[in-house]
Amino acid sequence: MSSKQDILRRVRQSQPPAVDLPALTGPWTTFDDLRSQFATTVQQVGGQVVMARDRAHADQLVKTLACYQDAAKICSLVDGVGRSDVELLEVERPHELADVDLTIAAGKFAVAENGAVWVSAAQVRHQAIYFLCQHLALVVPGDQIVHHMHEAYDRLASETSSFGVFISGPSKTADIEQSLVIGAQGPRSLTVVLI
Amino acid sequence: MDHPTAAAEFIANAERAQWHDRALWFVRAKRDKSAHALPEWEKLREVASQIKFHTMSRLADYLEQFEQQAVGRGAVVHWARDADEHNRIVHELLDSHGVRRVVKSKSMLTEECGLNDYLQNRAIEVVDTDLGERIVQLRHEHPSHIVLPAIHIKKEEVGQLFHEHLGTAAGASDPSYLAEAARHHLRQKLLDADAGITGVNFAIAETGGFVVCTNEGNADLGTSLPKLHIACLGIEKLIPHRADLGVFLRLLARSATGQPITTYSSHFHGPRPGGELHIVLVDNGRGDLLANSDFRRSLHCIRCGACLNTCPVYRRSGGHSYGVTIAGPIGSIINPARDPTAHASLPHACSLCGSCTDVCPVKIDLHHQLFTWRQRLAERGLLPFTKRMALKAAGFVLRRPMLYRLTGWLARKTVPRLPRWLLYHRFNPWGKQRELPAMPARSFRKLYQLEVEGRAIKQTSPEKPRDKESCGE
Amino acid sequence: MGPGRAFYFTCTGQLFRMRVGVFIPCYIDQFYPQVGLATVAVLEHFGVRVEFPTGQTCCGQPMANAGLMDDVRPLAERFLRIFKDYDYVVGPSGSCVSMVRNHYDGLIDDRSQLEKLQRKTFELCEFLHDVLQVRHVEGRFPHRVGLHQGCHGLRELRLGTSSEVVQPSSNKIRSLLESLKGITFSELQRTDECCGFGGTFAVSEEAVSSMMGHDRIRDHQQAGTEVLTSADMSCLMHLEGLLRRDGAPMRVMHVAEILAECCAAE
Repeated sequence: MSSKQDILRRVRQSQPPAVDLPALTGPWTTFDDLRSQFATTVQQVGGQVVMARDRAHADQLVKTLACYQDAAKICSLVDGVGRSDVELLEVERPHELADVDLTIAAGKFAVAENGAVWVSAAQVRHQAIYFLCQHLALVVPGDQIVHHMHEAYDRLASETSSFGVFISGPSKTADIEQSLVIGAQGPRSLTVVLI
Repeated sequence: MDHPTAAAEFIANAERAQWHDRALWFVRAKRDKSAHALPEWEKLREVASQIKFHTMSRLADYLEQFEQQAVGRGAVVHWARDADEHNRIVHELLDSHGVRRVVKSKSMLTEECGLNDYLQNRAIEVVDTDLGERIVQLRHEHPSHIVLPAIHIKKEEVGQLFHEHLGTAAGASDPSYLAEAARHHLRQKLLDADAGITGVNFAIAETGGFVVCTNEGNADLGTSLPKLHIACLGIEKLIPHRADLGVFLRLLARSATGQPITTYSSHFHGPRPGGELHIVLVDNGRGDLLANSDFRRSLHCIRCGACLNTCPVYRRSGGHSYGVTIAGPIGSIINPARDPTAHASLPHACSLCGSCTDVCPVKIDLHHQLFTWRQRLAERGLLPFTKRMALKAAGFVLRRPMLYRLTGWLARKTVPRLPRWLLYHRFNPWGKQRELPAMPARSFRKLYQLEVEGRAIKQTSPEKPRDKESCGE
Repeated sequence: MGPGRAFYFTCTGQLFRMRVGVFIPCYIDQFYPQVGLATVAVLEHFGVRVEFPTGQTCCGQPMANAGLMDDVRPLAERFLRIFKDYDYVVGPSGSCVSMVRNHYDGLIDDRSQLEKLQRKTFELCEFLHDVLQVRHVEGRFPHRVGLHQGCHGLRELRLGTSSEVVQPSSNKIRSLLESLKGITFSELQRTDECCGFGGTFAVSEEAVSSMMGHDRIRDHQQAGTEVLTSADMSCLMHLEGLLRRDGAPMRVMHVAEILAECCAAE
């Protein structure tokens, strides 16, 4: 008998009597001002939020960011926002992206309750671009903010990409005596540009 | 070493024990703050609990569905009966791909299976990329906490460690400075790695995908750089539908550290383009636990660590005092299931305060299971001899009212008259730091009897004086 | 309400006077009689007709905590025999009452008798608050009181909301004490952390137990507690033991003793 069969047999024998799945109906906490709640939460988790009127304005604002101005190498995946020194499709190995200072990428939608932005790697050749960069900026449509994770998963019901991630704030760690250090292995900062 | 002995050693360094207790209470307090900010918190717990009950009742079907979906997405699924098989599967995968250097993000399952040692003995370098895990790895220690592996280590000690291994300045202990050094070190390891191994927080039957939650981004780097990704999980990590993640992701980080969500909640569905994804489903005693109606609910655990943070005993004895991979209340339930003899002291490393049950995001009845474990251990004859004798004797006395009254009377008469050296010595652990109760002259029942008699006398003849001297009780 | 006033309650139109069997835990009977006397006094003050069935010894908790259920079984059966005919069973101990209500399952053969017993067994404060509906206690207690929440009472009997749970805050013990004139309560750093008694835990994990107790005491000292109180004498026995060894001046009183002192003065 294969391990699979052995395991499944034992599990089938051992399962407790059937229990129904509960409904996921809530009620769940919602917010009067989604943008404001989102912005507050992003700040609480160590990121920053910048409000832009439109893509052109977003471009302007991004170019004023310190992480942009100090950046030697930028990868922008968002048309019209920031310059791009790297063409991802031409990069063979993701390791070559190790010297990217700033990545500007698109977020599909955001979650107000926890400051998270959903980023999908569909059409992005190397998902490493979100994590190898020193700084990350995510451009998100300001009218695509959901209240909470239940709504978020409603949105993701038909998601098919091989990789997607909720990003909430910059990478961080508190593993050294519970002292919070912003910027662990991933990006040191996160800026969300809401259009 | 049993828990009481290890705990006493831990506490002997009083200052350090206080520091450890405070550090973990701080995490509990952060959890409280974020839980109390969600009015629907208790409802979320209830829903999460029910999802887990449901999942366990159909686990086999969900496992099969998961495999089918995952394979449909291009992943390869392996099944391992036990730790050995898991290690062999992982090793063979690495070996067949010519892997010499592996990076690994946090996986308590791989700890449980002893994967690091297994691979290292076969000339494969394994680098734990979670900062806390890297710290304990460099110290040749095991993590002392599910979520905060290095919570028992002070920053000066990390500084010393990094000075030796990473070349940081001698005597440096600033966390930012040390974390920066670790960043460079780990990023290099991640770039040099041939394969990435991750754990799994939740595996979704409906879609064949799984979620990995980190704050550091190490799992994401480890899976987006090397082409080979091996994900290892215990079979209990399954949840039925993608939508269920809404419930669990709202509970997990808040319970663990008080954050609304971890920085990265990465969803993997099949390999990345040009890459390979292997998923290893591990039983290693979980099927047996599922069969055990006393303790099967411990399989609901989502490994948040909240029960460790809230446990007054864990905080004051540290994870290593339990002598197991996963410590604290949940560990004291699942480890005796593996080896009751070796871990017989763990269900007793508990005052039955019930705080763990109240913080558990999936409402596992932790302290009830610990209580039940004590019965199973007693039935197996695994109670310490002195404890068993003492309580059997107590039971004997308490069943016999006259003997009970006599014993109490004897205690009340003799204890106040005995010299201290006879009462307080190493055979009286109660008396090590505490006084025995001040023995009253009479028991309640005697005093009450006198009072009742006194009232009766008063009613018939108010002038008659009360009988003060009475021997016996 | 003066002593001797009968408490009547109606049940399906019938007026009858309830008989309360007072359950005095073994260690209170033998070592803390004043707590037992206080319990009786408080109940009688509120017009309850109290009886103390003398055959009682112990609920079996110490043996149960070690997993020796066979040794608990005869005690459970005896408990049922002794108390089954009372309208209520009331005891000044959260942990002992929890033993009866939550851990006697499987130890008593007659399931329906057990369920009846469980429904009518109450901890003292619970009984005053829930059954007698006491909301106000006359009397003065002008002291800074440190209320220690015994874990069994709090998390098994739900005498109050535990700090872990997200629910509106309430506490039956505190609500009884709050009405006393002049009373103030200590504000603790950790409102309901375990004292470390835990039964045989106090002995088999002595180091952890004592450290836990010392931490509770320090919390109370820093909060200015003059009188340390609890609805569980076992917690107080452990804390008092530590206090006396350290020569610390904090007074220790069971909640029943505070209430009895106040009721007697009225």
